This record gives sequence, C-alpha cells and structure tokens, in this order.
Amino acid sequence: MKLNERSLASYATCNTPADNSGFLYKKGGRHTSYHRRWFVLRGNMLFYFEDQASREPVGVIILEGCTVELVEAAEEFAFAVRFAGTRARTYVLAAESQASMEGWVKALSRASFDYLRLVVRELEQQLAAVRAGGCPPLPRRPRALLSKENGCAVWSTELPTTPMVTNNGSRPGPPPLPPRRRPSVPNEPPDRASFAQLHEWYGQEVRALRDQWLRNRVQP
Amino acid sequence: MRYNEKELLALSRQPADLAAELGMRAPKKGNVVKRRLVKLVANFLFYFRTDEAEPIGALLLEHCRVTKEESSGFSISFLEDTERKYRFECWSEEQCQEWMAALRRASYEFMRRSLVFYRNEIQKVTGKDPLEQLGISEEARFQLSSLKA
Repeated sequence: MKLNERSLASYATCNTPADNSGFLYKKGGRHTSYHRRWFVLRGNMLFYFEDQASREPVGVIILEGCTVELVEAAEEFAFAVRFAGTRARTYVLAAESQASMEGWVKALSRASFDYLRLVVRELEQQLAAVRAGGCPPLPRRPRALLSKENGCAVWSTELPTTPMVTNNGSRPGPPPLPPRRRPSVPNEPPDRASFAQLHEWYGQEVRALRDQWLRNRVQP
Repeated sequence: MRYNEKELLALSRQPADLAAELGMRAPKKGNVVKRRLVKLVANFLFYFRTDEAEPIGALLLEHCRVTKEESSGFSISFLEDTERKYRFECWSEEQCQEWMAALRRASYEFMRRSLVFYRNEIQKVTGKDPLEQLGISEEARFQLSSLKA
C-alpha cells in the first residue's frame, strides 16, 4: 500500500511540541535484541528515529486499534503495544525509568483518533446541554463509532460560532460519577456501555493494569 | 519509512466515516482521471480500485490543505509541498462540499483544537473543568497554551 511518506516524515519532524518523546528500547523481532531509539508521539502516530538528531524517522507505528499493556520481560520497565488479529505484531518497548514507562503507557493508551473523537463528542454534548441551561444529559451510548457492522458514523462537529448566552438562574449539577470499573477487562469495549465506561476502558489506568498484571502474571 | 501495514489494512476495513466513488488524479500522473473508491476512516483517506478489497494507497490527513477546484472538484495537498496535489472529482457541488467539510475535520489536530475549545467554553459556563472527571486534565496536548495561532 502506498503511503504519503514524505508528508509523514514532515509531520514527524515539525516544530510543534510532540505529545510525548523520549528514548525507548525497541525489540527488533522475536529473537533479536533491543535497540535504543528516539521516539516521538504525535497524535495517533508513534515515530521512532535512529537518534535524537536524525532528520527522518526510521519508522512509525500507527496506533489506531491498539492496546497497551505491561509485560513481563527480561528488560525492566517493559510494556507492549498490541494489535488485534491473527499474526498481528506486538511491539515490545522498554523505558529507562518507572516514571517514563508510566508516562508512555498513559500517553499511548489514549493516543487513538477514535478516543479523541469520543471525548470531543462528549464535550460537545455537555456544552450544548449547559448552554441550554439544564442538567447535562447522561452520556449517550455512541452508536456507529463502536458497531462493527454499521456504516457511517453520524455526528456533528460544527464548532459553535455565536457567543454564549448565559442563563441567569440554574447552574447544572455535576455530571454523574462514572460507574465502578469492572474487575475483568473484556477484549472488546462493552457494546452498550456509557461514555464514562468506555473512557475507563480506553483509559487503561496504569494502576488497574498493574493490579491485574500482579494478579494474573500474564505472559506476553 | 517502516510502518505497520497490517494495522493500516485493518483500519481500511473499518466502517467509513465517508465513502464514495470519485474521480482521482494523483500528483504528477498526468491528466488521466481514474475512478476510485475513496474511503475516509479516522485521519486516513484510503483509495481503492473499484473492484479490489485492498487499498492502492492511503493518505495521512495531518497538516494538509483541502482546496476547492473547478467543476465539483477538490484537491488535497500537504504543507511541505503545496504544489503537489491529489485531485478529486465529485458528482455534484453538494457532494464536493460534503467531502471538503469531512476532510477538514478528519485530522488529529482539528480534534485536539475542538477539544480545547469545548473544554474552555464549558469551563466558562460551569466553572468546572470537564476533563477532570475523565482524568485527562493534565495532559499537555489539551492545554489552552498548546493552541497555535
């Protein structure tokens, strides 16, 4: 498949601050060693360079549809970026400190375009609701975005251009608390979950992951 | 540049945000218009031969410019070389406008700016940060200061 690589390289090295960057060890393949690479996260694209001064990335990992997990590996501070599907590659990466690892796991697990779009949609609804003056609605179940069989996702992303009209009296109450996280994380996002549940799923809080890892000791 | 092609292929099979058969002219390929199935998924534009299941190619839609061209057409070019245009021909002006609007929204940058905008607006009305509940209020990418002019 052709890809607009020149544009990708330009996007990788542009002046705007990256969403995350730093050195990580990347495992070459199943039986090869780790290579230290300079990683730059921009949006849902994880670029990696030979070193910090390189002008072009060696490669990029497209992060759409991935899950990020802690793994048991010979390397300290290791984690994995996993994709669904048979024979899908798992990228095993290792940070240089606990803090760096946690930062990367958090950043990567929320890096997908899908996740960002969900959040924007949610905020859009909240804003419409508070402007109307009432209580913000319970988070709606996003339909087309999650259903695999459905066609187009129908949603409005028009930015309101008119200045806000403040409603004098009622202040809406705080949004409802998200439900408690379920103890076992299913492989797919729950089909009819509320937005808050979905956020929990996508969010993959490091603490919950670590608890699960300590309980299960899942082998990569 | 290496990339995980398998995952990009999987993405191309996801439900489209918008899909249609359009005329397409790749840059520097002369004036021949090819009929392609064009499919927008997340921030990628895939294009297929109309009878094939795998895309010929994909365009990452970051830092791109969508321009109106004559007779129900539009083009996509990228910031590092705005002369290099991917041209598309629609069936109607209406369809053309629909595609242009969708493509302009189909970037991570656009989504991020929208998020910052809504966050700020909600905060102005309610005095509360809506991202706190989601546990992402500290992320650098969502700060007001990250918005460039």
